Amino acid sequence: MLLPGISSPPAPRVNHAGGAGLYAAPGIALRWLTMLSGKPDDRPLRRQRDWLQMTHSEADNMLRSCVRAVLVGGICAGLLGWAGAPARAEVNSPTLDAIKKRGELICGIDTGIPGYAFQDSSGEWQGLDVSYCRAIADAVLGSPKKVKFIPLTAKVRFTVLKSGEIDVLIRDSEHSFKRNTDMGLEEPAVNFFTGQTFMVRKSLGVKHLKELDGATMCVETGTTLETNIADYNRSNNIKIKTLLFEKPEEAFAAAESGRCDGYTDDGGSVAAARSTMKTPADWMFIPETIGGLQPLGPLTRQGDEAWTRLVKWVHYSMLEAEVLGITKANAAEKAKNPTDPDVRRFFGVEGDFGKLLGVDNGWAGRIVMDIGNYGELYEATFGSNGGLGLPRGMNNLFSNGGLQTLPTWH
Amino acid sequence: MAAAWYLAANAAGNLAARHMGLGFGFLGDTANFDIPFKLIAWDDSNSYARALLVCTLNTLLVSLMSIIAATLLGLLVGIMRLSANWLVRNIALVFIELVRNTPQLVQIIFWYVAVLQTLPPIRQSIALPGGLLLNIRGLYLPILHIRDGSTALTWLAVALLLATPLLWPARVAGRRIGAWALLSAAGAAVAFAATVEDVEMPALRGFNIGGGTQIPPELVALWAGLTIYGSAFIAEIVRAAIMAVPNGQREAALGLGLHPGQVLTHVVLPQAVRIMIPPMTSQYLNIIKGSSLGAAVAYPELFQIFAGTVLNQSGRELETILILMAIFLTISLLTSAFMNWYNRRVALVER
Repeated sequence: MLLPGISSPPAPRVNHAGGAGLYAAPGIALRWLTMLSGKPDDRPLRRQRDWLQMTHSEADNMLRSCVRAVLVGGICAGLLGWAGAPARAEVNSPTLDAIKKRGELICGIDTGIPGYAFQDSSGEWQGLDVSYCRAIADAVLGSPKKVKFIPLTAKVRFTVLKSGEIDVLIRDSEHSFKRNTDMGLEEPAVNFFTGQTFMVRKSLGVKHLKELDGATMCVETGTTLETNIADYNRSNNIKIKTLLFEKPEEAFAAAESGRCDGYTDDGGSVAAARSTMKTPADWMFIPETIGGLQPLGPLTRQGDEAWTRLVKWVHYSMLEAEVLGITKANAAEKAKNPTDPDVRRFFGVEGDFGKLLGVDNGWAGRIVMDIGNYGELYEATFGSNGGLGLPRGMNNLFSNGGLQTLPTWH
Repeated sequence: MAAAWYLAANAAGNLAARHMGLGFGFLGDTANFDIPFKLIAWDDSNSYARALLVCTLNTLLVSLMSIIAATLLGLLVGIMRLSANWLVRNIALVFIELVRNTPQLVQIIFWYVAVLQTLPPIRQSIALPGGLLLNIRGLYLPILHIRDGSTALTWLAVALLLATPLLWPARVAGRRIGAWALLSAAGAAVAFAATVEDVEMPALRGFNIGGGTQIPPELVALWAGLTIYGSAFIAEIVRAAIMAVPNGQREAALGLGLHPGQVLTHVVLPQAVRIMIPPMTSQYLNIIKGSSLGAAVAYPELFQIFAGTVLNQSGRELETILILMAIFLTISLLTSAFMNWYNRRVALVER
């Protein structure tokens, strides 16, 4: 039972670079054959002989024609380069090519947790991470529906991403140093800032985290949460125990039944956990968080910068829409003859921002029309407008005192 | 060979393409996570290699417990299945068919969620005789602290106690020892009591029960799941083996005047054992491999800790899975080597 991806590499880079490897193969094979048959490859020798037999005038002529060829070639190349100037930033992304060919984005999401990714009563996937998958599909393929969702446990998520079975992992995953370096993943954008939060029964009367010495917490296995608790225990010389579960639902259920004293996860997931409890009002969050700031967001494989860039700018486009005041409701209105240069750039009326990412210029406009801007999405998933009622806090725009910032579009 | 070579070359090529090396140096890194149930000392700052040892022991513990319990239960149900009594025979039949025809994972989760999670919370623990406490966090037992320097005496007492049933039928100068054997048990009890310094009783302290030792419900659920599932198959092996003993043996034994119980224990079972060992070996291997289902009920065994937390934290997929396969292979091969040895030992030597 080897890892699936190891035996079947996805979108191998070599093939997309014009099949150079493929065409070179027969030549190499031929050379090997001649070597094996003992026949010397005498081509360089013959060329040398020709050179010796030439007269001076012949040599001059040849030099002259060489110079001419170089000059003509140079001018032609220059002309071609000028003519093809808009295509100078030709986007070369095996992942993007594979998605366009397939007509579908394969997106790794959570197995089911309110806020990030869950199935509603009609079986449709909903949530912040799910909407990001839809936004990327909308940008690349022109429809938010062209997504295949692959629910993944925390344990297998990176293996599945690295093996190439999914195009992008958007599964409330923390961005960390080790994941970026040792594990070979890219961290394009942070779509949710949070901190590791603890939820316990109100009846326990716990006010501070240190009072949890000796308590057992239900935790999802294969996460940074375990490490954070271990660090906290070591630095405070206390012992908060953990019980590790494969899936969040199992951990919720064990906490509810009283097997553990509480549940711990990032702030968003803990809010989700509370919403699934029989009596949510019986549970409280401990105000302190551990593990510092937890930035959660999409992850991509290393080695495909253009694809990573696209995922990053899908996130920024949703922030840009919020900054510009473009919402799902008014997007169609604002797209008609915009005068503001920023809005013109956003809707692709001016500049070639889509092409530079390898998609068409209407990408950002489509995202906001189908999904909405970042603020709207937050309110619908975590916030008070249909979400879990978690204040936006750190996830506000920089202009409202939050951490969500974005580069300019120039 | 060619296929193996191709797979290895392919894996190596893909690892290189993803800038992933193959190496086992990560085993020395600090683990930095908690293991909730362990047989040997474990600290967050220990290495991954130590974590591997801790969870291997957990896997071995639950496998061994399940094999022993499944064998005893399977033997009982298998014999019940052949009983002349209609009720006994059919209870065994229903048990076997019910257990054998539902998935093992479902059964383990049933024990964990439907049975053990309905136990009362810690503040309403059920107090059992002898200071035992039973609640949703598990069964809490008192532990004995042995006086320093008297460990040898303790072991001697345990050995004496275990030897008592063997002494019973022994003869001294042609006379059976019989009830006199109880003297050794009594001596053992006195010696044992003398070495105990104090008894630590479990009691509610803060959030949890402090003191004593805990048998977590995860272990019990996995143990129950593996035992009961395995026992249904073992029962069928036992039944088949008993039925394979020629009927003449039974009739001859009855003809000699042995009563049915004696026929079973002295004539039929010894011959049936020879027949059941080979299929039993593969059943034991199934139980060992099935222990990896413990991951579903948060039992910290090899698969959950090593292929879960360690794999995820270190990012060494190939190495962790290779180690995991090697360990399971070693355990399984050792088990079958032992069973084969035992099979040869009990096999009839025909001349």
